[in-house]
Amino acid sequence: MDFQTILLVLDSMVRLSIPLILAALAGLYSERSGIFDIGLEGKMLAGAFAAGAVGAVTASAWLGLGAAIVASVVLALVHGFASITQRGNQIVSGVAINFLAAGLTAFLGYAWFSQGGQTPQLPAAGRFQSLTLPGAETLREVPVLGPIYFDLISGHNLLVYLGLAAVPFTWWVVYRTRFGLRLRAVGENPAAVDTAGISVTWLRYRAVIICGMLCGVAGAYLSIAQSAGFVRDMTAGKGFIALAALIFAKWRPWPVLGACLLFGLLDAVAIRLQGASLPGIGEVPVQFMQALPYVLTVILLAGFIGKAVPPRAGGIPYVKER
Amino acid sequence: MIQSPDQSAPADPSTPPAIALSGIDKSFGAVHANKDIDLTIAKGTIHGIVGENGAGKSTLMSILYGYYQADSGEIRVDGNRVDIQSPDDAIAAGIGMVFQHFMLVEPFTVLENVMLGVEGGTILREGAAKARAELERLERDYALEVDPDAVVGDLAVGLQQRVEILKALYRGAETLILDEPTGVLTPAEADHLFRILRQLRDQGKTVILITHKLREIMAVTDTVSVMRRGEMTATVKTAETSPEQLAELMVGRRVLLRVDKAEAEPGKPMLELESVSLRDTRGVTLLDDVSLSIRSGEIVGVAGVAGNGQSDLLEVISGIRRATAGTMRVDGGTVDIIGVADAARQRELGVAHVPEDRHRMGLITAFEENENAILGYHDDAAYLNGPFLDFDAIRDHARERIAQYDIRPPDCRLKTENFSGGNQQKIVLAREMERGPKVLLVGQPTRGVDIGAIEFIHRQLVAMRDAGAAILLVSVELDEIRSLSDRILVMCGGRIVGERGPEASEQELGLMMAGMGDADMPAAGEAV
Amino acid sequence: MAAASETTGTARPRRRGLPGWIEYGFIPLANIAAAFLVSGLVVLFVGENPFEAVKILLWGALGFGEGIGFTLFYATNFMMTGLAVAVAFHAGLFNIGGEGQAYVGGLGVTLAALALDRYVPWWVTFPVAICGAALFGAAWALIPAWLQAKRGSHIVITTIMFNFIASALMVWLLVDHLTPAGSMQPETRTFEAGGHLPELGGLFALFGLDIGGAPVNITLFVALVACVFVYVLIWRTRLGYEIRAVGFNPTAAVYAGISPVKITIVAMLISGALAGIMALNPVMGEQYRLQIDFVAGAGFVGIAVALMGRAHPVGVILASILFGMLYQGGAELAFEIPSISRDMIVVIQGLVILFAGALENMFRPGITRGYALLTAPRAEPARAAGGGS
Repeated sequence: MDFQTILLVLDSMVRLSIPLILAALAGLYSERSGIFDIGLEGKMLAGAFAAGAVGAVTASAWLGLGAAIVASVVLALVHGFASITQRGNQIVSGVAINFLAAGLTAFLGYAWFSQGGQTPQLPAAGRFQSLTLPGAETLREVPVLGPIYFDLISGHNLLVYLGLAAVPFTWWVVYRTRFGLRLRAVGENPAAVDTAGISVTWLRYRAVIICGMLCGVAGAYLSIAQSAGFVRDMTAGKGFIALAALIFAKWRPWPVLGACLLFGLLDAVAIRLQGASLPGIGEVPVQFMQALPYVLTVILLAGFIGKAVPPRAGGIPYVKER
Repeated sequence: MIQSPDQSAPADPSTPPAIALSGIDKSFGAVHANKDIDLTIAKGTIHGIVGENGAGKSTLMSILYGYYQADSGEIRVDGNRVDIQSPDDAIAAGIGMVFQHFMLVEPFTVLENVMLGVEGGTILREGAAKARAELERLERDYALEVDPDAVVGDLAVGLQQRVEILKALYRGAETLILDEPTGVLTPAEADHLFRILRQLRDQGKTVILITHKLREIMAVTDTVSVMRRGEMTATVKTAETSPEQLAELMVGRRVLLRVDKAEAEPGKPMLELESVSLRDTRGVTLLDDVSLSIRSGEIVGVAGVAGNGQSDLLEVISGIRRATAGTMRVDGGTVDIIGVADAARQRELGVAHVPEDRHRMGLITAFEENENAILGYHDDAAYLNGPFLDFDAIRDHARERIAQYDIRPPDCRLKTENFSGGNQQKIVLAREMERGPKVLLVGQPTRGVDIGAIEFIHRQLVAMRDAGAAILLVSVELDEIRSLSDRILVMCGGRIVGERGPEASEQELGLMMAGMGDADMPAAGEAV
Repeated sequence: MAAASETTGTARPRRRGLPGWIEYGFIPLANIAAAFLVSGLVVLFVGENPFEAVKILLWGALGFGEGIGFTLFYATNFMMTGLAVAVAFHAGLFNIGGEGQAYVGGLGVTLAALALDRYVPWWVTFPVAICGAALFGAAWALIPAWLQAKRGSHIVITTIMFNFIASALMVWLLVDHLTPAGSMQPETRTFEAGGHLPELGGLFALFGLDIGGAPVNITLFVALVACVFVYVLIWRTRLGYEIRAVGFNPTAAVYAGISPVKITIVAMLISGALAGIMALNPVMGEQYRLQIDFVAGAGFVGIAVALMGRAHPVGVILASILFGMLYQGGAELAFEIPSISRDMIVVIQGLVILFAGALENMFRPGITRGYALLTAPRAEPARAAGGGS
């Protein structure tokens, strides 16, 4: 495996991990506030569809992104209403969101575009294009660092950089701001927050809305940055993998980045290995590669790498004690 | 040592009362928790509010703090009418509250807990320095020392309570409400708390103390109000009343504060523990080399502040949890408590268990009453027909128990969540006692139960003792331990620090509860 | 409905005596009405007439013999997967893996059929196939169950992952191992007569109903028997008592000498087995071979069915018939009004789960007040004294 191949694999790794990073960070805000979110998958899917549909119709990537965020936030508010105001079962609500998104995206896709559930191919203006960072071309000739800068760091689309920047930003918000302090508090002991005169409800709604926004960006990335349009069920379980990465990272921003990059790397390597023969095993069946991320998620959740303790008030609706 | 109240600073009659409640009324569904209550609290005093469990004291104070909203009524602070819709409003009105169950975020530091809600800016760093300085000043002024950077979850309960008080003072509380503050403290720690309360009063603050312990009222308050069944029955000056009079006001009739019982006649040992130890997954020692022996026909009480290993002891003996080391014998036969934790096996051996928390552990509130009547004994052949449950037999049996223990309402098909706390406790007791167990483990039998039921439960326990059961009684209520036990063991830090007879003084027991075991006791005659 | 434990994180508000017919009849109806209302709005949103759609749907499901037959055929699927989810619910577990468990159950059915179909009549293959389906379905539920019981791994995520893994596994098996040589389609050979379950056309004809080519077969009776079995298991046996105990309160269950680990695994095995048995209906009752994705979403419908049916077999039967109507009527609808594709059913499914599951308390206060008004007592009820603290 030569240097150029390594660069290409790492480049793939970054691209493949971005939707996971965005979705996992989305889940971080929600779950840290005490609202379990199994519906990251559905919100991402809704976002992907909205971006693909609006992007195709308006030929504007930015409008597509905006639509994705709106669609995802709407679903997030439904989940919030059910979990916070109605004090319902958060897991059931998340599952419902996933079905709603799967059904609505396919249904509307078919009703509006009649292409078997897909959105039409996006024109160039409807997608986020690759950006070349300043000096990348000129520095390309520099040995080792040049290609790293050109191939690996530069040349991604805007959403990739946004996704990566979201990690340190999230860290800063959660640990260095007033909002972050209150967010962490409400996930551990909402009664303490309530008796300090802060609204538990409003705090949790804000967390849920931020979650929706980030899922929307994740979905938009899938359909109008990474690909050229929405395809039925294109999230293919990424929302659940992101959730597993979040649990594995114990709900902290920088470990989330690490976990998602790990999944991205495995995905990148798997694509390379497709059709290739491994010594001793022979040709690896394509279905095995397809199943690999899901198998890995299960192994991760089996917690052989240490037990993950969620926010203490996670999943429990807040009711004033009598 | 608990002292009599200091009457040095009588309230100035011309100052408006710190708090004046009039016509406060609150219902939760069909439960009328506060009935048209009037209450005046003079500034610069320590005012006690006493009543049994369920009298409405906590509800009333929660309304004052804005945690609940009254259905009707008016609140005046320093003579001015205020509208308290949330804790925010109460804090703005200078009211602070220390809840019975602490409102702390355990992974946060003391400083973070104090700052929560009054951070002083969007960026934490901006307000943190100022907060730290102010916190340190408060700690000095009120003798409430605690390390601002300590993680609250690691602090001892007494220190956690200090953080709660500091939180209130930090927000400028002029009136401080404390709800059952001594439940988690040793007598010595409670004493220290009272010193702090007196200091607060002497500095002009007003303190409201909610408690059901008459001794505390007598020890530290200037005035006391009595609540009974949602109503304010009386307000008297503490100096002009007595525990007996207060008890009568609380219940409405003469109350027997001690249980009548004959001398115990113990037989052979029924439950023996030798060097039992328990360490949890984090390596914390919960039980440290515990050895005890309980004979049939005696009640052994375990005294101690909650959280010193009593709960873990009950869980190990009853088979809910595995011990890390040690042996146990029931009626002479060895029981493996290290390899296996199986509560069913213990029951088969004749060990019954009335758990400390009946809601969480002793009952399944969603089950019907008759289903709970067999919980833990549901594999008894009398209730089964092959793999099927014989509901005719189960319900007949349940009806018998209902009649015998006067459980109300007498409906064995009713879901258990619809029974009151006292009746739920009776369901649990009936179930565990009726089989004539060799060993009966009882945890906090009268928590949340009103006085009439308390008397009944105490009589049942004595009756069981007289019938030959070996009873292990765990309770945080020292009075209950002293009135029921034939022998008293004191636990502190997971160890049994000493054994006394029921005639032991509260001072002696209190010292032991604080960790001063037989090895550390001062020689007779030395000052404490 | 069960599931009040930490695994699913429900807080149970006190239910004070609404009569059974409201609890199990009226409120589920209110939930489905709300779901239909929202779906109607969606249909309106894409420019179609929701009333027209409902008419076509109802006609397609019940308006003619073959429609009724198909409705019952689909309902059979949903009864099995609905029972699977319901049993897990009672243990406090949310089994989303019915889709994968049914898929792998189909493998069990297929192996039995392929081994026996040439040599024995159907009624010998039949019990073997049931055992095979149950065994394979249970096996597919075992690992997620064990991981939840022993390692606390959230069963919702693991069962969803196992759905994906099942998909990959079954495709690989079909493509690489089970397809007869030379065939272009990834499916097994067609079963011989010994692998065909008899259809119920003749039985319905006795009652004067012509169900045409509808494949409803004796698996329907298997499903009904399974409903009885689940009822007896949950409410009449000692195991069922222990399952409900763990589902309501694992701490109290441990106190009572019940092992949550053991019960979690047993309940999930039963759940997986029930989902696996579903496979008999399409594989041996309709297609007579194993095809890719023969489950076609039935595992997920089972979730909606269990929630709507309040995890009770009678509710499951009713909800299954309702969803059977939706599936069959939906097919007709997609035919008549092409822009309303069958994905509408998934939307309704999601809405039912939302209203019957997460928003189950939304209608309760209104209905309770309405009921109280309608049954107003003569005198003012005396208020209970004291109670706060």
